[in-house]
Amino acid sequence: MLEKTTMPTSANGYAQLAADVLARAKTCGATEADIVVADGETFSVQVRVGAVDRLTKAREKRLGLRVFIGKRSATTSTSDFSRASLDRLVADTCTLAGAVVEDDVSGLPEVGHMATEQPDLDLFDSTVLDTDTQIDWAKRGEAAAFATDPRVTNSEGAEFDSSSGRVVLANSHGFVGSYKSSNFSLSVSPIATESATGGMQRDAWYQVQRKFARLASAESIGQEAARRAIRRLGARKVATKRVPVVFDQETAGSLLANVCSAVSGYGLYKRASFLLDQLGQTIASDLITIYDDGRMVGGFGSRPFDGEGLATRKNTIVERGVLKSYLLDTYSGKKLGLPSTGSASRSVGESPSVGPTNFYLVPGMKSQQEIIGSIKEGLFVTELIGFGINMVTGDYSRGACGFWIENGELAYPVEEITIAGNLKHMLKDIDVVGNDLVFRGRIASPTVKISEMMVAGN
Amino acid sequence: MPEPVQLTTFGVTEIEAQQALDRVKVRDVEYADLYFESRTSESVSMEEGIVKRAAKSVSQGVGVRATAGEKTGFAYSDELTKRDLEIAADTARYIANSPKGHSNVPVPTQRRPTHDLYPIEGAKAEVATAERVALLNEIDAEARRYDPRIKNVLASFNTEYKVVVVATSDGTLVSDIQPLSRLQITCIAEDGENRQVGSFGGGGRVAFAYYREDNRHLGYAREAAREAILNLSAVDAPAGVMPVVLAGGWPGILLHEAIGHGLEADFNRKKTSAFSSLIGKRVASDVCTIVDDGTIPFRRGSLNMDDEGTPTGCTTLIEKGILRGYITDKLNARLMGIPLTGNGRRENYQSVVLPRMTNTFMLAGVSDPHDIIRSVKKGLYAVSFGGGQVDITNGKFVFSASEAYLIEDGQITKPVKGATLIGNGPEILTKVSMVGHDLKLDNGIGTCGKDGQSVPVGVGLPTIKVDEITVGGTQR
Repeated sequence: MLEKTTMPTSANGYAQLAADVLARAKTCGATEADIVVADGETFSVQVRVGAVDRLTKAREKRLGLRVFIGKRSATTSTSDFSRASLDRLVADTCTLAGAVVEDDVSGLPEVGHMATEQPDLDLFDSTVLDTDTQIDWAKRGEAAAFATDPRVTNSEGAEFDSSSGRVVLANSHGFVGSYKSSNFSLSVSPIATESATGGMQRDAWYQVQRKFARLASAESIGQEAARRAIRRLGARKVATKRVPVVFDQETAGSLLANVCSAVSGYGLYKRASFLLDQLGQTIASDLITIYDDGRMVGGFGSRPFDGEGLATRKNTIVERGVLKSYLLDTYSGKKLGLPSTGSASRSVGESPSVGPTNFYLVPGMKSQQEIIGSIKEGLFVTELIGFGINMVTGDYSRGACGFWIENGELAYPVEEITIAGNLKHMLKDIDVVGNDLVFRGRIASPTVKISEMMVAGN
Repeated sequence: MPEPVQLTTFGVTEIEAQQALDRVKVRDVEYADLYFESRTSESVSMEEGIVKRAAKSVSQGVGVRATAGEKTGFAYSDELTKRDLEIAADTARYIANSPKGHSNVPVPTQRRPTHDLYPIEGAKAEVATAERVALLNEIDAEARRYDPRIKNVLASFNTEYKVVVVATSDGTLVSDIQPLSRLQITCIAEDGENRQVGSFGGGGRVAFAYYREDNRHLGYAREAAREAILNLSAVDAPAGVMPVVLAGGWPGILLHEAIGHGLEADFNRKKTSAFSSLIGKRVASDVCTIVDDGTIPFRRGSLNMDDEGTPTGCTTLIEKGILRGYITDKLNARLMGIPLTGNGRRENYQSVVLPRMTNTFMLAGVSDPHDIIRSVKKGLYAVSFGGGQVDITNGKFVFSASEAYLIEDGQITKPVKGATLIGNGPEILTKVSMVGHDLKLDNGIGTCGKDGQSVPVGVGLPTIKVDEITVGGTQR
């Protein structure tokens, strides 16, 4: 028979729970420990061709514990907060920690380094939407896509999601931190059909906001999604050749995500990054300046403290092409002989890793139209698929679709092609950065142009 | 045969489950189910020669689902009280036009799955963390012994022990215990400035002893080391259309991406797949017969029953080049009026059921693999791959080689750097001109992602020749 307890309803309740678990870990032999408690509510509705397709609602909670016995450590998690379950968890964690090998650099951050203030970064909106309102948002988004053009004939659906949650982090140094956050999002995925051939193309558009009131209209999202699907109709392959390649904001964001992985302390100390030993060196064109700002008000990646309880901050990662900083937590920092950059990310059941907060490329001067207008023949990439990136070597080869550029104009849509190069060279070959930076997630980039890449097709 | 798992394991009585189903299944609801799941995952990992991380996670909860027409209502809870079940039931039935009407849900009868494909006892036996640590230590030593240029070995061993009970409105109460484990090794080789990576791994629904049989774990270590060392001498990959020979086993990821996803019933019901309405039509050359088989003992993609309690089966997708069938879950089989194939799967109690693949592979042909390579004047021989992805709607798929060689005048010559291959799903298999007699299933490393949900799957392939496919290298 399982023992049941009711969930604490405040961060204070969780702080007490955390204190109890930490105390218990000490009695089991832990020399240091930290604990993360996360809970939240999610609602999701998917509408397809005008009718509700799927409706999901849930409330969930999870507790993660990390203990150190001297220089040995282990991490565990559970969704069962009953006393019996937590006692078992603590005992299991200490047993596990006893079974691994000592790791000299393991441990919590130093006591004096813990975050002392926890600014309100405006990440939470208490708006509670009723089910019908959320269904209506999804329906209006999809209907707008259908209304945009008769070639929109089908739909993968429109989805409205709302979620809110709370994170509490506490450790045996006495640190206790917590914050709440929320997200509201709408995505629309229409399918357009070319009447002559029956060929179908799908595309999607979405928006996410921390505040419900900031969402643009459902109609504007649906219309943009439809425009993106329709413009892909009639896509063809092109001949294999080297040409300039323009990445739109979304695909440029994926390049930036590759840079983010490459500067992660974990990849670096494992010698698994193409940016190894490059601190202070020129790794990109001088048009490239990249920041990771954990304190941006209302930002998608903002948090008052990181996954270890250290203060977040604005880090300069690349400045005019020179690699200025890695992203580090305490552990990966020690491995590399550097202090933490306040970049620890923590999922409940795992030991800390490193992750971006608001990681972005500083915009340049040119509009996307001007960039495309400057190219005689080239490729404008709007979608990338596949996993053809080798983070150790930087070798890059991915499936792409987008548009062929002829004489400064988008001439026709293209698909079933790949673009290939090496990230080390691609970063240096960025010769234009657009002026169109928009934050739609934790990693954001304006349009960028790479002077030349190999496009493989026919 | 394993004994059925009782609902009381979850602190729930059969009457409470029955009452929850009654509550969900109002008149408009055609089908409802409760999915109780308890999962314990453990992992140990090593890097820099020491096993420095160990983790364990426990989760338990219930997913409550109702379907009415094309609509699905879904709620889940990590608390399993009567009250929590009621709240979830009320949420799930929200999709019904009216919360009224009574339907008599038959009293569920407890039964066992008809298959018995994996060793429950062996998996249940607790393996001391120290034994897992010893396994990883031996792997590290073996990989470094393979070549002094191996500078780092990253290895992890993960196990999962999952207990599920499914109670449905059609009177089924059925349970399964699903063990799963995986050993994964990555080696980094360095030679001066040249740094390369190689990976290998395997596993399945097997007990710990599997990894030590015939020192299988050391074989994995040598394979990962070999690939990393080989890549030190790799040249840039070619770009453009050329013949490609795929080796047996894991390169079966081609089938998974090119046709497997496109044949999942949900996309075809919605007519959003490039394969919609191609049943009975030719989609491959006549040397291609492809099945999805969830019943192969010990395989990573195998299951005694799917997550709706349906026994898994072997479904012929393509027979001698002709598209024969889709893989289905209950919702899509009912809406499309096609057979239920036992492919309704979900990542966990927090996710909805979708039609998903199990083990997808091409049956052996008659060609000698050496003859296949000899038949190529200039092309690529691809032996191992990273991941792949497909756009269901336009059928374009990619998959990325991690070990490949040039074929020149019928001979395998230089190793080439990884490159992405891209093609069109409904077209690519029509270009398969030779199929080897050497069918191999992969080692048990595949995880398939769909709609944000990950499930373990298997693939398999004999050596095959694809007459032309676009290779995304950098060299003309």
